[in-house]
Amino acid sequence: MRPVIYILSFLALIALGFWAYRENYATQSTLKVVEGLQSDIASLREALAVQRAEWAYLNRPDRLRQLVDANFDRLGLMPMEPGQFGTAAAVAYPRVSLPKIAFTTTVQGTIIGEEGQ
Amino acid sequence: MRVPLRPLARILQARTEGQHPDRIEKENLRLRNEALHDKARGRAQFRLLVLCVTFVAAFGTIGLRMGLLAATEPAEPRSSAAGAEIAATRADINDRNGRILATNMTTYSLYAQPKVMVDPKGTAEKLAAIFPELDAKALERRFTDGRSFIWVRKVLSPEQMQLVYEIGDPGLLFGPREMRLYPNGTLAAHVLGGTTFGAEGVQSAEVIGVAGIEKALDARLRDPAEASTPLTLSLDLSLQATVEEVLGAGMTMLNAKGAAAILMDARTGEILAMASLPSFDPNDRPAPLTDKNAEPGDSPLFNRAVQGVYELGSTFKIFAAAQAIELGLVTPDSMVDTNSPMVWGKFKIKEFDDHNYGPQLSVSDVITLSSNVGIARVALMIGPLRQQAFLKSLGFFEPTAVELIEAPGARPLVPKKWPELTTITTSYGHGIAASPMHLAVAYAAIANGGVMITPTLLKREGATTGVRVMSETTSTEAIKMLRRVVVEGTATLGDVPGYEVAGKTGTADKPKASGGYYDDKVVNTFAAMFPASSPQYVLVVTLDEPLDTTMSEDRRTAGWTAVPVAAEIIRRVAPLMGLRPKLEPPATDAITAASN
Repeated sequence: MRPVIYILSFLALIALGFWAYRENYATQSTLKVVEGLQSDIASLREALAVQRAEWAYLNRPDRLRQLVDANFDRLGLMPMEPGQFGTAAAVAYPRVSLPKIAFTTTVQGTIIGEEGQ
Repeated sequence: MRVPLRPLARILQARTEGQHPDRIEKENLRLRNEALHDKARGRAQFRLLVLCVTFVAAFGTIGLRMGLLAATEPAEPRSSAAGAEIAATRADINDRNGRILATNMTTYSLYAQPKVMVDPKGTAEKLAAIFPELDAKALERRFTDGRSFIWVRKVLSPEQMQLVYEIGDPGLLFGPREMRLYPNGTLAAHVLGGTTFGAEGVQSAEVIGVAGIEKALDARLRDPAEASTPLTLSLDLSLQATVEEVLGAGMTMLNAKGAAAILMDARTGEILAMASLPSFDPNDRPAPLTDKNAEPGDSPLFNRAVQGVYELGSTFKIFAAAQAIELGLVTPDSMVDTNSPMVWGKFKIKEFDDHNYGPQLSVSDVITLSSNVGIARVALMIGPLRQQAFLKSLGFFEPTAVELIEAPGARPLVPKKWPELTTITTSYGHGIAASPMHLAVAYAAIANGGVMITPTLLKREGATTGVRVMSETTSTEAIKMLRRVVVEGTATLGDVPGYEVAGKTGTADKPKASGGYYDDKVVNTFAAMFPASSPQYVLVVTLDEPLDTTMSEDRRTAGWTAVPVAAEIIRRVAPLMGLRPKLEPPATDAITAASN
């Protein structure tokens, strides 16, 4: 019985060694991938920061004001003024366009009163 | 195997020899005890050994690990995820809506290693051609005098970097740099301040704040733990831009030397816009003035809103009036003596332009017409001690707590002694000098129902609880009086239809450096709050040496200078804050016609 246990545990030891060896290399390669990803993230982050800065720069109030002035005839934008506040009640309802009623049947009889009731 | 204490064989033998058998038993007992003793000692020694080995191993491991850590190059952890905190070295600064006011950009610095340079002369000439501020001769001398390392430029633009690449000399090298960038240029320049490089290395350089909030909150901005959370200011970019635009236009139209404006939330103390003109570009901070005769106010770096400590004139009158009401000495309708000139000792207190408002005016009229004599009488009722205490409670004796490095240095100038004459002059804002920020805080206390607030440039959630300096009734009465100033008093140009502006003008002569006052140099201030029915915002506008030449006569009073500028600011800014004007409803058919 004892030799069998010895052989089995020896085999288990070899199996575990093999497993640890593979895991080690798998970890190493994953770490390499992670490193690559991290440098990608860093450069993307940097690009993002540059683009955000660029966006802020292009949208600086000075420039927008100049653009609004330059394109006044097309856009007609004016600074916001107190007079531009309105009330919801002052907004007109959209005009309802009713479909035309086409009579296909002949109606017999007389119409009383032009204006209707 | 247990040895018997009295082995029969030996006992019998002892008996035959006539010996006492008990001695055998004793001897065996002794041997047994000795054996037990040895065993115990051995075990104890073994335990001690194990303990020793454990200790040696533990301390040895720690020692080895420490040695290893000390001896090896630091490496970044490879397995844990890198957060944004590694990417940014200095936190961004955003406005209250998250729009960027200051951010970082990666760029490169240029340095040279003359020892490995192939053609120092040619390189120096080519560099001088790219960077006009460099001198080819001087650069060549530095390249050839035996140094091994020279900084050439702190930051490069990508185009410049490409041009330097094209020189192709191996002695020119680039080091990465984090650069502070203010995308909005001069906007809010005095709030932001600016940065510079601190300790510089080849691979990186420290970015440190030199002025404004960049310096005041330098530790927070540089804290690696908070680098990924931007610092959110209370400023609103749109409001700031509008205030600066209108103030700039007003300053030009009124030929003023400088101007400042503060727009503040009266309940929270948040500063929504703060402008000081002339301004500068924090990306390229101008050098401070070196001329000793120059006034600090001549430099664009001077923040008039915080550092401009001037006598603020008649804007102070409301404090005396409010305090007298608070103390129950007067009501807005009480009549006070306004015979001008008022003689006090050897001094004569006169009205502006030698006016005379008649023998008596109500307190409300004193404020509306801005009568010096009237308010002096009110102040005398209060007395020096109580007046001093009230102004102290309004913060006129200490620098403001706003988060700018310049703020603690801007200490108000208060009279050392406080005789009754000082009480008189202080009541109309002479002899006491404070910054527009102080005035804004004090007016905010009136506007919000009588509670002192701490001004802040950082976004705050909800109202702050401050010390109550006057009752709500007094505050309401004071606001009513201030509203009358705009409706029918000295600030009629300040009325913005729909926004019920309330405020007080102030015109103060500028003091000469040699003593005395200039006749033709004034500081005009208009401190306003709106809407008067429930004031939410406080606006203080100050113009330095303005002159209105649009009419036949030159005008220097605040009513003609600071007030219209403030009115235009309110007209433009209030809709941006979503403040709905209280207008009479327009005729309905007009709207129907327009929408149809």
